[in-house]
Amino acid sequence: MLIPILLGISIAIFLIMQLIPGDVVSGILGIEETPELRAMWEKKLGIDKPLVTQYFNWISGVVRGDFGESFRTGAKVFPEILWRFSISAELAILACIVAWIIAFPLGILSALKRNSFIDRIVRVAALLGVSVPGFAFATLLILFLALVFGYYPPIKYVSLMQNPLKNLEIMILPAIVLGSSMAGSVMRMTRSSMLEVLRQDFIKAVRAKGAPERITIMRHAFRNASIPIVTLVGMQIGILMGGTVVIEQIFSIPGLGQYLLTGIFQRDFPIVQGTVLFMATIYVIINLLVDILYTYIDPRITYS
Amino acid sequence: MSDKKTYVDRRLPTGDSLLKQLWQDPLGRAGFLGILFILLLALFAPIIARYDVAQINSKARLAAPSGTYWFGTDNFGRDIFSRIVYGAQVSLLVGVVSVSIAAGIGYLFGLAAGFFEGKVESTIMMLMDIIFAFPSILLALLIVAVLGTSIVNTMIAIGIVNIPVFARTVRASVKAVKGTDYIANARSVGLKNSVILFRHITPNSLAPFTVQATLALSSAILTEATMSFLGLGIQPPNPSWGSMLSEARTYMEMAPWMVVFPALFIIFTILSFNILGDALRDALDPKLKL
Repeated sequence: MLIPILLGISIAIFLIMQLIPGDVVSGILGIEETPELRAMWEKKLGIDKPLVTQYFNWISGVVRGDFGESFRTGAKVFPEILWRFSISAELAILACIVAWIIAFPLGILSALKRNSFIDRIVRVAALLGVSVPGFAFATLLILFLALVFGYYPPIKYVSLMQNPLKNLEIMILPAIVLGSSMAGSVMRMTRSSMLEVLRQDFIKAVRAKGAPERITIMRHAFRNASIPIVTLVGMQIGILMGGTVVIEQIFSIPGLGQYLLTGIFQRDFPIVQGTVLFMATIYVIINLLVDILYTYIDPRITYS
Repeated sequence: MSDKKTYVDRRLPTGDSLLKQLWQDPLGRAGFLGILFILLLALFAPIIARYDVAQINSKARLAAPSGTYWFGTDNFGRDIFSRIVYGAQVSLLVGVVSVSIAAGIGYLFGLAAGFFEGKVESTIMMLMDIIFAFPSILLALLIVAVLGTSIVNTMIAIGIVNIPVFARTVRASVKAVKGTDYIANARSVGLKNSVILFRHITPNSLAPFTVQATLALSSAILTEATMSFLGLGIQPPNPSWGSMLSEARTYMEMAPWMVVFPALFIIFTILSFNILGDALRDALDPKLKL
């Protein structure tokens, strides 16, 4: 299933890119455009050939890890994608950590203390987490920090290798923004899934044999409740990738999302094609990994 | 518990009882009132708005909220309150039209996939999987990059992105009712496919469909705001909450009201839709209570 979907995606992206109005050659040449210069540039960029040839040229390169060169700068796209991916991935991992630290304990607590005061607070917080758009939260957060503490998030990016502390300072605010919106839905799913499991007979049996409450909750209830939660977390990776597009823009982080937006604004096809294909591939692969993870969590699930 | 396949009634409760049920649930009531408020703002925008949304007034640049300008003014001296009110119109319009596009097409796809199975189903679901394989905001941005930025293209982009969720929901419920006795009965008395599909299967898939539509509305409004925030949605001088918020970032410290009001309205609207969506799901499908 993986290969046909990826092929379908690559064709879809390629065709979409062909439909984009405005062409890059006149963008590069501007008023100096002459028919000869135009023909030369079209040949140089490879866009003088028929569509099918263009597609095969592109996709055969992609398979070999060559995503082409940027129309504007001439720089290879793939190394740039990899470098930027490492930044976006760091952001995504930090966001997941933030989300899980908030969501799992609170979700479990909320299920255990159903309809209590804590439960209500957690549910309202979760609903807010789901409903407050990342860019609105980010903007309000920056405003709040500036007005109250006179703090401004750093604009210049520093990599993790150069200066881990500085890097963390840059990443922490966007990670909190992305993480809190993820936390909302994970919290809700954890709560409802735990409630479902806690009702079942085997939990009574575990309690009846005298297992400590901690073991009952963590080893028996939470593990059995985790299938829908894992599904949700897998699905959220996609939302997370979309989220990074906006959040990277706000916090000036040179990740994949920012690369893609620049590509769209500058009509730089290889950048857009490459980045979208790369993101979609990661997304599909993560969903596959989630499926495999099921069999680990619940050995009753097998795939033929 | 018997092993027999039990029939789950997925028809919508009649309008009256559903509304009553929603009203009795405090959260449902809150969501309903919230949406009603935004709807009224949008409908009566020409009466409520106090100034022309595009009117530039260089003498009143970045004015703080006051009796004259309730929510203050922006960097062009435009009245933020009036722009928020008209922004409600834009948000709801984009939301409703794009969800209608998604629901209409998704519904037909889902119905066809669930009912005919075989090649039809695998082709449709393959197409849906491809759309689904793109993070939604990414695909919407790509489509707008192709079609160009305008309000209609924003609607089309958000519509296309939301087709798969509807197709999947409808397909699942069609499959659920298809195996039941009453559909077999309908077949045995010789009813045509089209009659079975639209008279008998359709009403039975409406409940999950309605919940999905409410949630899709909130996500469509969110996507529009995000796209406009990135400069690839509604274009100035048309007021959109997303683009207002984006413009406000430059003047954040001088004029915090430029940030606060659009942000609050976006949050309020999406919150209202999500609360109503939750309440609707509880009312229609008590098993799924969160």
